[in-house]
Parts: sequence; C-alpha cells; structure tokens
Amino acid sequence: MSAVDRPAPGHETRERFGFLRRSYAMLIKEFIQLRRDRVSFAMIVMLPVMQLMLFGYAINTTPRHLPSAVLLQEDSDLARSILKALENTAYFRFLYEVHDVDDFDNLLKSGKVLFGVEIPRGFERAVRRGDRPALLVAADATDPVAASSAIGSLGMIVQTALKHDLYIGDPPEMPFEIRAHARYNPAAASSLNIVPGLVGTILTMTMLIFTALSVTREVERGTMESLLSMPIKPVEVMFGKIVPYVLVGFVQAFLIIGIGVGLFGVPVLGNLFLLALLSTLFITTNLSIGYTISTVVQNQLQAMQMSMMFFLPSILLSGFMFPFAGMPTWAQYLGECLPLTHYLRIVRAIMLKGATMQNLHFDALALAILMALAMTIAVTRFRRTLD
Amino acid sequence: MNGGNGIAIDVKGLTKSFGGREVVHDLSMQVKRGSIYGFLGPNGSGKTTTIRILCGLLTPDSGEGTCLGYDIRRDAEKIKRQVGYMTQRFSLYQDLSVRENLEFVARLYGLADARGAARDMIKRLGLSGREEQLAGELSGGWKQRLALGACTLPNPQLLLLDEPTAGVDPKARRDFWNEIHALAAEGLTVLVSTHYMDEAERCHEIAYIAYGHLLTHGTVEEVIAKSALTTYTVTGEDLNGLAAELTGKAGIDMVAPFGTSLHVSGRDVAALEASVAPWRERDGLHWHKSSPSLEDVFIELMGRSKDNFQ
Repeated sequence: MSAVDRPAPGHETRERFGFLRRSYAMLIKEFIQLRRDRVSFAMIVMLPVMQLMLFGYAINTTPRHLPSAVLLQEDSDLARSILKALENTAYFRFLYEVHDVDDFDNLLKSGKVLFGVEIPRGFERAVRRGDRPALLVAADATDPVAASSAIGSLGMIVQTALKHDLYIGDPPEMPFEIRAHARYNPAAASSLNIVPGLVGTILTMTMLIFTALSVTREVERGTMESLLSMPIKPVEVMFGKIVPYVLVGFVQAFLIIGIGVGLFGVPVLGNLFLLALLSTLFITTNLSIGYTISTVVQNQLQAMQMSMMFFLPSILLSGFMFPFAGMPTWAQYLGECLPLTHYLRIVRAIMLKGATMQNLHFDALALAILMALAMTIAVTRFRRTLD
Repeated sequence: MNGGNGIAIDVKGLTKSFGGREVVHDLSMQVKRGSIYGFLGPNGSGKTTTIRILCGLLTPDSGEGTCLGYDIRRDAEKIKRQVGYMTQRFSLYQDLSVRENLEFVARLYGLADARGAARDMIKRLGLSGREEQLAGELSGGWKQRLALGACTLPNPQLLLLDEPTAGVDPKARRDFWNEIHALAAEGLTVLVSTHYMDEAERCHEIAYIAYGHLLTHGTVEEVIAKSALTTYTVTGEDLNGLAAELTGKAGIDMVAPFGTSLHVSGRDVAALEASVAPWRERDGLHWHKSSPSLEDVFIELMGRSKDNFQ
C-alpha cells in the first residue's frame, strides 16, 4: 500500500469486493451531481412526457382535410355537387376557388394547397350526353404519403357520394372519369421528397448544436469572465459567433444538394441563387435559435437537451416525416413556429416545383421573423455582468 | 486626499450580497494613481467580488464611487476600455496559440495594428519562439505571464490582478513582480490581490479584508504600527506543547507556529508579559521580543474578525 492509499486513522480499508465498492462510490457521486442539476433533472421527466403527448396526438399518417383548390371553369349544379361530395369524403377541404389556370398553378406551386380539382368547361353537358368527360385532380406529389391515400380512394368515394346527387338514376358506372395527376413527382419516388427534406433536417441539427454550446462553453472554460471585462457588446459577441457557421452551413447545404442531384437524381428546377439565398436565411435562423438556447442554459448538458427539445418537434411537426396537412390545427400552428416547416416548403418548392420568390414570400418572411425574434431574445438574455 | 486626478479608485460603502449572504460589506477605499495596492485577506473574504465590482463585472447592491474618474455604476463600458483585468483562473483561450490570443485581445480593443501589437508583446514577455504554442500547453508561470501581457496589451491605466501568482514558482513570481513594478513606474495603477506576505511587502499600500469588511489599510509600516501588537518569538523544544498551554491565556491574542519557532502575540503588553512570565525561564526555550511581522498582524486580525462577524 502506498502512502496515498493509507486510510485515515481509525478507519480500516476493506479489500473484498473492491470493484463493486469503487463502482458504488462513482454511482453515488453521479446521482448527487444529477440531483443538483435541476434543469437536467426536470428534462428527464419533461422530455419524454411532453414529446409523447405532443406527437401522439399530432401525428396522423392518413391525413384528412387536405387543403385543396378548385379551378372552376363552369358554374353548374353538377360541379357544385361533385365538390360537395369531395368535401364530404373528409379528405379534401376547399380553401380556394379560382377561375384562372395561372392562379391554380400558383397555389399548388407555393404549397398552399396539396390538391387541385379542375372542372373543365362544358363538363355537365358532357356528362348528360354520356361522354364520360375527365375530372382532373392534380395532386402535389412532392409528399407522396400525403397525396397517395387521398388519390387512392378518390374514385370509389366520389361514386358513392354522388349516387344520390345525380338525377340520372342508378348508373352502372361513373358518368365521368377521374384523372388523377401526381404533379412534380409522377413516379412518387420517395427520394424526391426525402432529399430536399434532409437538407433542412441536417442543417437544423448541426447548426443548432454549433451555437447552442458556444456561450456555455465560454462560461465553463472560464473565458467568459475575461471576455465580459473587455469592451465588447452582446450583439457583437453574437454576430462573431454566428457568422463563421453560416459559411459552414452553406458548405453543408451545398454538399447535401450536390449528392442529392448527383446520386439520387433529384432535380433543381428552380433558381439556384434563390435556393442559396433562402438557405442562408434558414441557416442563420437556426444559428440564432441555437445561440438563444446557449444564453438561457447553464451548462453544456442542458444545451444539448434543449437542442433535442427543439430538434424532435422540428422533425415530426414540420412535415418532414409526416404530412403537415394531416395534423390537427393546433399542431399546425405549432409547426408554423418552426423554421424547418417553412424551409421544407421552400426547398421542396424550389427544387421540385421550380417555384419563384413570388410563391415563397410568406415562408421567407416567416423565417426572417423567427430569426429576428431569436436574435432579440439572445441579445436581451445575454448577461453582461456576472451578477 | 480628496478626488482629483491623483486618485485612480475612489469608492464608498460598497455592499454586495449573493443569495442573502453579504460578501462585501460597506467597503470604502482609495487607490492613488501609479501605486501598487495590495489586497489581502483569507479565501472567501470578498477580494474577488470587490475587484469584479471595480471593473463593472458585478453591480454593487449599494455604494458608489469612481474608477479612473468614471462612475462605476453608469460608465462600466468606459471603465472596461481603460482597465486590464486578470482573472484568478486562466481565462485566455486554451485552444488558441499565444499569438492568436494576443491578436484577439488587440482586435477587441480596436488597436490599429493588432498583429504588430501582439508581436511587440510577445517580445516583451520573452515568449519569442513560443508564439505558435497553444496557450493551454504553457506551464503555469508562462500562462500567467501571457495573461498579464494580454491585460496590458491595450495600454490600460489600471490593472486589476486577482491572485495572479497563485500556484506559480518563486522565480516566476519574482519576475512577475519586477514586471509589475516596471509597469507602475510607467504610471500604471495596479490593484493586486494575494496571499503571499512577501508580495504584500512589495506593495506601496495594502488593505486587509476579511468576511467582507475592510479591516485595515495603509503602508506596511502603518499597518504593523496600527496593530499595536507585541510579539515574542520562541525557539526551543516541544513548541507544540507550549502552543497548547499558552493558547487562550489572558493577554495572549495569538499563538502561531512559524517553522521552527513560535510567535506569541498580544495587544496588551502588560497582560502578555504577565501571562508568558511562568514559561520565560523554562529550560530549552529561548524568548526573543520583536516587532510583529505582517503575517502576525493578519493572523491576529483574522482571528479577531472571525469573532466579530461570524
């Protein structure tokens, strides 16, 4: 026994079960430390309970009441009853009624609606003549999950619903043809949906972590004290910490999109410059939120947990994993508060639909507002003293 | 002494509490420009808190004053430009090199030629050849030199050094103090907290603080004279036994072992003489009356303040 392990006078050491004894000592210490960190302790309970309640109620893989638009080129009783029947199926909710093809396309392109029903001119007359005209249903197939179940059940449901409305008696077959058109992703390739989504998800995760640890790291390493004693303002600290990672995020986005295009054959139909611009906005928004987290928490463990608290809803409620339109209204409002929701619309729209700024100004504005909000909180939360 | 340009720090009635515990109590002090002011006191006495209030890192609960002529409450930003604060714990970036750390500080303070200023400081610190070494890899003494260099880089008027030499070897400590005297000679005011008596004796003025109260201040000679302490230095055999016997006797305010000798002190000379008389003639003990050392004064003050404030 060396001098160091010599027991305190009057205390024997025991040699047996040394492994268990020492592990036990470590275990007791960890428990004490865990108990002291109140925030982490609360998160252990909060994280699973909150997430479970949130997602258990919010997520719905067979979405209903999907936002739809109708392009009405004739105003007939038959058209009205078809729309009514469609709405009665609970799959569609008609938010817009347009009479112009461009307006119709815009609604689909911007992601405001997932379905568009087109009732062509002379439709009623053609039905009465027995010509079996086509009723066009255009679906935004960039999210195949959301579109497929509605398309799949379209024919049968409409037929049942129309039975009583059509005064032709009991027709042996549909008096018109439903022609579903899966726009933007006719083959319903899931990679076309996943790859643009991954750009947003990966960026959220990495950007958040980068800045979430930045202030707590300074505090834990003791460098914050001398930083605060120097003439630098909170805004200056924030910009200094965010800007380098904008570049990092940009490289990352470039990499993912490059691989998506090269390996998975995902198209970039829209303007690359617009994509880069809005991606930069999204990256900065996430960095600001991460930085805000870092001004609120007390240590790096809490920063990680808080980032998870933000990241999980971002994946689940943004429309990345499950159709956004399928969630209950309250969950959709929650989703609108997440930058990823808006970026997913932007990135899918630009890459797959060739959307322009005109289609996307709402989501771009939402991102900018979220960024400004996060930055304001961060700057006010940043403590200029050690009080 | 009142106000004017001759005073670097002038504060009155500073009080600061943390969670209901008063760490600094009604503290007033004045530090002359160009002087080295030593701040002494036991651990947890409020030295660090006072220093942090002076450089604007903490807001006092009450009290007021000026630092370099700026109000400590309202002009914290202006004070920060003129003050170099060296924290107790090494607070430069461990994962940046010596040069990068200095350039960072130089840029933060807006020096026109950050690279040049860093280069000059490296030369002055004697760190040439180590400029690309990571700060975290430096030895304790070099880290402390670098930290001092970083503080003085922006040409401050006041240096606040919080236990700068803790855990540094004697040679490095001596070099460090030579540097501080050189800086003071250039007109810089230095407030330095320390536990070392030899360092206290190198200060122009000292203040002793315990349990948040400033107990005494002045030059070393003044502080010793003010204590009105008489000290006997005893050498010989079984000093541990003697210490136990003398402790608590009337007139004996302090019994403290110093290496191979024992210091027995009291403020009331007559009572002290009377109490030690029975042991004066004991075989193997040599008694020698002396003036107290600074350490005697402080240990006695600390013992007394413990009774008063705890």
